[in-house]
Amino acid sequence: MMQIKPILAALKRHKAGTVLIALQIALTLAIVCNALFIIRQRTEHLSRPTGLTESNLLAVSNRWVGADGKATESLTETDLAALRQQAGVADATMINSYPLRGGGWSLGADTKPSDKDNVRRPTAQTTLYFTDEHALSTMGLKLVGGRNFRPEEVRWVDPRDFETNVPVIVSQALATKLYPDGHALGKPVYLSSTKPATIIGIVERLQVPWTGNWAANFAENSVLLPFLLQGNFGNYLVRTRPGEMARMTKAVPALLFKTNRMRVIPEERGVRTFAEVREQAYKSDRGMAILMGVVCAVLLAITAAGIVGLTSFWVGQRRKQIGVRRALGATRHDILSYFLTENLLIGAGGVIVGAALAIGMNLWLVSHFEMERLSLAYVAVGVIALLLLGQGAVLAPAMKASRVPPVEATRSV
Amino acid sequence: MFGYYLQLALRSLGRNRVLTTLMVLALALGIGACITTLAVLRLLSGDPLPGRSAQLYYPQIDPYPKDGYVPGESKPQENLTWVDANELFAAHRAQRQALVALGSAKIQPRDAGGRPFFGDAVMTTAEFLPMVGAPFRYGGAWSAADDAAGARVVVIAGFLNQKLFGGANSVGRTLRLNGHDFRVVGVLDRFSPQPRFYAINLGRSYGDGDGVFLPLRAGRAVKLDPYSVSCWEAADIEHLETAPCMWLGLWVELPDAAAVANYKRFLDGYVREQIARGRFHRTDTALPDLMQWLRDENVVPDDARLQAGLAFGFLLICVTNTIGLLLAKCLRRSREIGVRRALGATRGAIFGQFMVEAAIVGLAGGLLGLVFAELGLWGIRHQPAEYAELARLDLSMFVFTFIVALLSALVAGLLPAWRACAVAPAPQLKSA
Repeated sequence: MMQIKPILAALKRHKAGTVLIALQIALTLAIVCNALFIIRQRTEHLSRPTGLTESNLLAVSNRWVGADGKATESLTETDLAALRQQAGVADATMINSYPLRGGGWSLGADTKPSDKDNVRRPTAQTTLYFTDEHALSTMGLKLVGGRNFRPEEVRWVDPRDFETNVPVIVSQALATKLYPDGHALGKPVYLSSTKPATIIGIVERLQVPWTGNWAANFAENSVLLPFLLQGNFGNYLVRTRPGEMARMTKAVPALLFKTNRMRVIPEERGVRTFAEVREQAYKSDRGMAILMGVVCAVLLAITAAGIVGLTSFWVGQRRKQIGVRRALGATRHDILSYFLTENLLIGAGGVIVGAALAIGMNLWLVSHFEMERLSLAYVAVGVIALLLLGQGAVLAPAMKASRVPPVEATRSV
Repeated sequence: MFGYYLQLALRSLGRNRVLTTLMVLALALGIGACITTLAVLRLLSGDPLPGRSAQLYYPQIDPYPKDGYVPGESKPQENLTWVDANELFAAHRAQRQALVALGSAKIQPRDAGGRPFFGDAVMTTAEFLPMVGAPFRYGGAWSAADDAAGARVVVIAGFLNQKLFGGANSVGRTLRLNGHDFRVVGVLDRFSPQPRFYAINLGRSYGDGDGVFLPLRAGRAVKLDPYSVSCWEAADIEHLETAPCMWLGLWVELPDAAAVANYKRFLDGYVREQIARGRFHRTDTALPDLMQWLRDENVVPDDARLQAGLAFGFLLICVTNTIGLLLAKCLRRSREIGVRRALGATRGAIFGQFMVEAAIVGLAGGLLGLVFAELGLWGIRHQPAEYAELARLDLSMFVFTFIVALLSALVAGLLPAWRACAVAPAPQLKSA
């Protein structure tokens, strides 16, 4: 502690170098804090569960050629029957969209009928999944209350013209949002309509098809309707038996083409395992997280290298003074702790400025991008990390300094 | 003199290999990161129609009902309804104008074995292709009469011509779209504005461009549905022409400011008239030019801007680092400077010598930075985004890299060189 005064006096003679190291530490802290925060946000985002049992699940997108509207009903039913009979397939369903797919149907859900003259915000935003009684077992959803659809409840409808006054299964998140008292089963839900649907079942979790931030406030508000949509475009979800995934990835499209040749299954993204669906949905998030990680690592390395460089130079410059101190009785340990303390002082200055910069930078990011406020824990971790980095970087030059022999004092060059 | 500085600088840099490598490497990483992200930004915010974009405008109005309308707080809509689009189109207040909607057409190859496939189709009007300067290899655009008659004619892109007709002159041949025969009247040369400004959902609008261009009425007659339809109340999407739905864009060519002001007046007048008739309730209109429209649509994703900001922060740290290291190096040579000064070198000469040293670091950093940038862009090209494969360095970016590198190194060199030339010769010699 008694060393601080002479250290400050010495630093005054190296203002430029001191300021540069402090500045570099400050900038590094600001960027690393924010980068770590972005990494956390992205990884949290991409590890979010869909509610589906994602292993052994295959997604196929299908488009009929030369058939549309009502004509697609029997074609699709033939497909589904063939898929369900295929050895290696546990179950299959048709659905308009599925979690992580990207496109889908979204509208407001309410506990009261929507009123044309008195427009207000619906209680919850939600997505609609149009599917059949095989959806729960195919997707591997966990039913936590009520029951599944009965086969006789499932109907074909024209996507342009249907009424939603049917039994529906909702996600737990939506049920709680609509009926916070926890008694949603059997209750009505108005899906932007004057006629209510009735909640007959609740699944533990079911994510909406979108992963973007704009869908974040209704990410798990989903409704399953017992409707199959007519039209020339649809998605099949196929649950394979364990160990059959690789074989089914090839067998399923072959089976479909054998059943009916007049269809288009896109070469890209036509048949995807759910692992691929997940990877593609979050590719940019993962890319960003990796990029931020690399940037952090490189920045820390550069800052450490800069500290090593400047401190080595200072040690070289002060060899004579170090020799004099050693000759006057300073131990090696004293010299070592001199440089460590010096670095700690510079680092402290740097992290104080850096913490302010980090928070300022985050505020700017919050105002310009979809970003949350930086938690102070990240700043604290960053401060400690940079101080430790500084101490680590200065260790080698400081050790070198401590090995300067006292006889150096007598040398004139 | 310069040659001597160069020699001195090289010797000095060679003496401290580790330090020199560190400086060059740090600078190169910073520059590489900046150039990579800038190349992406430039690609994304680029002008899809250089030379023409300033004269293309996109009229916007708001047919939404009154509910929830707060004057001044709402923006006009992205697309037009069929009714409004046709009224504005028929008024013909612009030099050239075109209606545009994008859809997906089923294209059936002529040979028996070929599987049908879906391709992006642009439903538009006669003046669109000439207005945006699309180059023709064979034939040309259709006429206004074809528009009115809903003639089954089509202009196809070069790559589609290659795929379907082996690149031969296919004008006059037929193409089956959505199960109907269309006569090819034109084949485009390479035409792929980046981004495809006439498509909504611009984030997905980079790449090869569209396969077929056909008259709007003909497209609608063969049940080509637009990708982007937004309706403000329950609607029968089957009959878009009468539905309360917006799905058409109108592009107008306005040669000068007076024409723009005129058109804006016309647009406001149109909206007032509709309000008087009880059709409209909202007065907002807009007439952005092409580049403004792209900005309104947030065509540059947040991530790209975030990365560019990050890269510049990175470069700033690298430059700070280089200043520190250069400073350390040059102060270490105080004695050498003292000797040179005593032997008659001026302050300017010392300053020059150190700036040359910094410039060498900068050039080396720039060269290596270019390698890093190429590596970075190679990484970008393997990303999933549609624009990804277009990420490349062109000559101007190449030159820009070197200017950035040199400038950052010279900025980094300023402080050390100034400190060096301020060294007083006498004390340095005395202690020796």
